Amino acid sequence: MIELRHLTRVYAGVPVVDDVSLNVPEGEITALVGTSGSGKTTLLRMINRLVEPTTGQVLIGGQDVAGQPVHLLRRRIGYVIQGVGLFPHHSVARNIATVPRLLGWPPAQIGARVDELLQLFQLDPATFRNRMPHQLSGGQAQRVGVARALAARPDLLLLDEPFGALDAIGRARAQADLRGVQRQLGTTMILVTHDINEAVQLGDRIAVMDHGRILQHDRPERILTDPATPFVQALIGPGERAFHLLSLSAVLGMTQPGQAQGPAIPREASLRDALAECLWSGRDALPVEGGGIVTLAALRAHARQAPE
Amino acid sequence: MMSRPGVLFALLGIAGLFLPLVHLRPNRIVPGEGITLTAGFATGPLIAVGLAAILIAGCLGRWSPGLRTAAALLGLVGVISSLGLAAGHLLPKGNGLARVAPASGFWLLLAAFAFMLADGLTRLRPSVAASWLILAGVLVLAAALLGSGMLDQVSVMREYATRRGPFLAETQTHLALAFGSLGLALAVGLPLGVAIYLTARARGPVLTVLNIVQTIPSLALFGIMIPLLGWIATLPGADRLGVSGIGSFPALIALFLYALLPVVSNTLSGLQGVPLPVREAALGLGMTRGQLLAQVLIPLALPSLLAAVRIVLVQNIGLAVIAGLIGGGGFGTFVFQGLNQTAMDLVLLGALPTIALALLAGIVMDLLLGMSRGAQA
Amino acid sequence: MIGRVLPALVAGLLLIFLLSPDSFAPLFRPFTRNGAPPIYGQTSLLALTLSHLAIVAVAVIASTLVALVLAVLVTRPSGREFLPLARTVTSVGQTFPPVAVLALAVPVMGFGTAPTLVALFLYGLLPVFENTLAGLTGQPPEVAEAARAMGMTDRQRLWQVELPLALPLILAGMRLTAVISMGTATIGSTVAAKTLGEVIIAGLLSSNTAFVLQGGMVVGIIAVQIHHLFQRFESRAARAAGQGV
Repeated sequence: MIELRHLTRVYAGVPVVDDVSLNVPEGEITALVGTSGSGKTTLLRMINRLVEPTTGQVLIGGQDVAGQPVHLLRRRIGYVIQGVGLFPHHSVARNIATVPRLLGWPPAQIGARVDELLQLFQLDPATFRNRMPHQLSGGQAQRVGVARALAARPDLLLLDEPFGALDAIGRARAQADLRGVQRQLGTTMILVTHDINEAVQLGDRIAVMDHGRILQHDRPERILTDPATPFVQALIGPGERAFHLLSLSAVLGMTQPGQAQGPAIPREASLRDALAECLWSGRDALPVEGGGIVTLAALRAHARQAPE
Repeated sequence: MMSRPGVLFALLGIAGLFLPLVHLRPNRIVPGEGITLTAGFATGPLIAVGLAAILIAGCLGRWSPGLRTAAALLGLVGVISSLGLAAGHLLPKGNGLARVAPASGFWLLLAAFAFMLADGLTRLRPSVAASWLILAGVLVLAAALLGSGMLDQVSVMREYATRRGPFLAETQTHLALAFGSLGLALAVGLPLGVAIYLTARARGPVLTVLNIVQTIPSLALFGIMIPLLGWIATLPGADRLGVSGIGSFPALIALFLYALLPVVSNTLSGLQGVPLPVREAALGLGMTRGQLLAQVLIPLALPSLLAAVRIVLVQNIGLAVIAGLIGGGGFGTFVFQGLNQTAMDLVLLGALPTIALALLAGIVMDLLLGMSRGAQA
Repeated sequence: MIGRVLPALVAGLLLIFLLSPDSFAPLFRPFTRNGAPPIYGQTSLLALTLSHLAIVAVAVIASTLVALVLAVLVTRPSGREFLPLARTVTSVGQTFPPVAVLALAVPVMGFGTAPTLVALFLYGLLPVFENTLAGLTGQPPEVAEAARAMGMTDRQRLWQVELPLALPLILAGMRLTAVISMGTATIGSTVAAKTLGEVIIAGLLSSNTAFVLQGGMVVGIIAVQIHHLFQRFESRAARAAGQGV
């Protein structure tokens, strides 16, 4: 568990992060979402001490990070940034091996770990191991960046707008990859993003920040259905929230017995996909692969504001 | 808070206070004895204390940049005046042969306060207008120091006093060499740069040739010009154009050749640096190629051209010294005469104005560059 | 193709000329007058060339080492205070004419090789320092950030990231220094340093164009070779630093 206690960071007399306390549960993705200048990046950077807090504490597994040698602390925490920051003079393998090498792992173990990670991110080790960063596409470089951050099996992965430089298709793919890898490895992740969509897609929990403070910290569905302040509501976007909400659940949980016409929809598809299919094909119900149906009426019922 | 640079300057300057400020020599050739500032003249210890106070106070971090700059200037004036005072005091009356020359202590103190001045100015970050004012102020100060007669007994100034006429003539020659070669290089290099911008095929060969010219050692290029131009001068009509194998002409042509590369390559890179959308917008508005060049490309390439002028001026003011070796005149005449006679005061009479001129040209061009960039921003 | 063969050919010719200058006498004879010797014979051209190169090499190595250390120091947090000053001093220092620096070194060092070495060393500091500074400060911020975030110590960042990435620019600085030094070292002969300038000056004093030509050509050709050699290193280093095309 990562515990932030009354963290404050003041620049030139102005608090950029203002008395933030937050508990980040292990094995989950927590999305810090807010507009630019909300203090979310500064908050993230205080966790691995790229920024030192003016006051307050960061506890990882109950230990205050302020008491640890900073380079040793950082080797235990993965960090991914928007520009990726691959070392241009090191091959892909050497980039991924950075922290294991700093930690003095035996070469054979490092080699095996590099290949394992490349495979995990669907990059063929034989093809990519010896490539240089400038020979990678944006999406590939980004995946190598995440692989590098995960190389030494960190307790915690910090991601700062990791997909900001990718185009829409690349971003969707990278988000799915990250979700998959997180499910597989169970790594605790804290993700900074300005994109509420991304936060909803990836976050097990979302913390909304504005002016250095956390306005609401909760599960995505609660944030969507019960925004704590007008700012949170505006951030979600009233025109979008129904769709966000539908995108959180899979068809699987909404199937009911019955018969419907037309092609079937996969069980893992989101409710949002199901709604889109209903509207597009003009049907009131869709058959679900493996049996059962999902009805437009049920979708409508699901996408409504929580009762007061 | 201590200012670390301040500590460095203080160490440098205080070392200078303990080293000889001047050398007292029975005549201009033989070595002499070193005399420190404190031993140099009656008010020497007082000035030494004052200089040390400025240096030590400069270690404190709290000074405003303006105050730091002013203190450094005061220090510089103090150091230079001490040189003059020491010379006036130490020279035996009526002895025309004895010399008082600046020594290691003087140069260290000068360096310490010059660094302090540079540090102050860097922190002050004056606007372009303020920079012009500061420059003018420093020049007036320098002229006042030289004109006051305070330094007249210093060895270099004694050399100057006996060579007033030749010095002015060589100054003119030096300036003519540096600016004349610049003018020639602009007259030839600008059209050449535009030409290779327009015809990409010619770029490689032209730049290769100009690059090779740069690698010819200046000594050799100056030397080759004498017989080469001497031969050309024998051709009919050449002498009417002023071509000559003796005097300043070979030096002028050598400097011109060195100046071509910066002018041509900066013209090219300045033109190439104009953003494509700007070029296309101009064409889209219906400009002809000539209008595009004259009204858009060349004005936008101006900072790059000014940068070339800076490179050429600074480089040629320095290289013009070599002309002194081939009878081409300029400050180099004194440098090489001095080296031949092992008369270091004479070397300084040539070297110091050269350095001052190069520095001044560099600073003035930097300010002009700043103005041209500011006008486009 | 020509870019590789031509320099090798020229280098080969130069070597033959230095080993057996007299066999080139017919080529230089047209540039002499009144039966003056076409080939400089006071000192062997080979010895002068080696001495010239040695002076340049020592100066370039010394200025590179010192400039590297200085540039690293002013880019560390503890030396940051010196950075603006260092930039100013470098840009002002480069306006000092090398000849004047050489002339000023004589009163302090006396005649001979020493003042030449010192002048070349001082003058050579600036390009290497300036380029190293550009190389160390111009790195993509996200790379430095990533290195820090992965737990590299300051020393590891310097040796494993910053210096390797700055290497192409450092080499470019060394190239500038070496080429400038080749030319400036000839002027060293006016203060009695053993360089190829001796040949040129002998030519100037006796109006023997052949001497001027052979001295100038040897220096120029070597300078061009050094230039090419460094450019090869630079592009190799740039490729290794991932900046290659």
